[in-house]
Amino acid sequence: MTTASAGAHEAHEHTHYTTTGLDNKKIAIWAFIGSECMLFGSLISTYLVYKGKSVVGPFPHDAWTSPAGQLFKPILNIPVTSASTFVLLMSSLFMVLALAAVENKGKPGYEGWQGSSKVWLAATALAGAVFLGFQAYEFTSFVHEGLTIRTNLFGTSFFTLTGFHGTHVAVGVLWLLSLLFIDIKRGLGPRDTINVDICALYWHFVDVVWIAIFTLVYLIK
Amino acid sequence: MSIERAHADHVHEHPTWKQYKWVALVLTVITAVEVWVYYTPFKDSPLFRPTLLAMSAVKFAIVVMYYMHLKYDHAIFRKLFVGPLIIAGCTLVAFLFLFGKVWIG
Repeated sequence: MTTASAGAHEAHEHTHYTTTGLDNKKIAIWAFIGSECMLFGSLISTYLVYKGKSVVGPFPHDAWTSPAGQLFKPILNIPVTSASTFVLLMSSLFMVLALAAVENKGKPGYEGWQGSSKVWLAATALAGAVFLGFQAYEFTSFVHEGLTIRTNLFGTSFFTLTGFHGTHVAVGVLWLLSLLFIDIKRGLGPRDTINVDICALYWHFVDVVWIAIFTLVYLIK
Repeated sequence: MSIERAHADHVHEHPTWKQYKWVALVLTVITAVEVWVYYTPFKDSPLFRPTLLAMSAVKFAIVVMYYMHLKYDHAIFRKLFVGPLIIAGCTLVAFLFLFGKVWIG
């Protein structure tokens, strides 16, 4: 048996197979992700249906002058959101590198910091936290500029959609930190591949949802 | 399908580090193009929306296929993801028609 197949065999010994021959945790996470698709599909639908129907500003892409004469600039900050999008995309790269490091621990080519799951898990969690920081900055600046969840239809649908997504990112960061804690405590290896894999699937899903939100909410007028 | 066969299907080659980094580069370039296009006069073109939607769909597909390994994994996972995704997409399109956001003809 080769080293690679021995590692795969060791990983498979610690998984729980269903009658399909597939790990039940992995089936569960894919079913969960499927249900999440429908959740975010409905939230994005709501945002798009209400788009352009706000009676009062501030508006996402257009300036607005209130009856009192106060001028509101277009509220979306594309440069800041582009930066946060880049950070989230990079976090997905860090996540796959963390998974590869766990899966191939001890194999040639996975020595040093580049093959350290701790480094990549920490980097992914940090990138997620930075994304949340960008979102907190954005929400705070919107409130200071006069847009709250109660201001208009745009505010309601925008904060609901991006707030739900941000909550998912926060859950993902906590999940990553718990994996990092376990890694520091006892070390993650090939036998833990499935546990890191399901976290990675969740994290990438959060990333693909943001890909859709970034285009539909921020870039398309 | 026997359990052994299913196991064999499940043990597959994932992309290498190099491929992962190429994927990240492609995603970054597409995102940069999306943002660049937003600041050009092309923003007012009727092709702006379809172009952005197409680029977004490509990024979505790349992440799902390579980072989520759906290209390499068992068909059941593909069905569990694509099925609800189609339902979500149809719901979205139905709502857009229902509320007059999309016109035919």
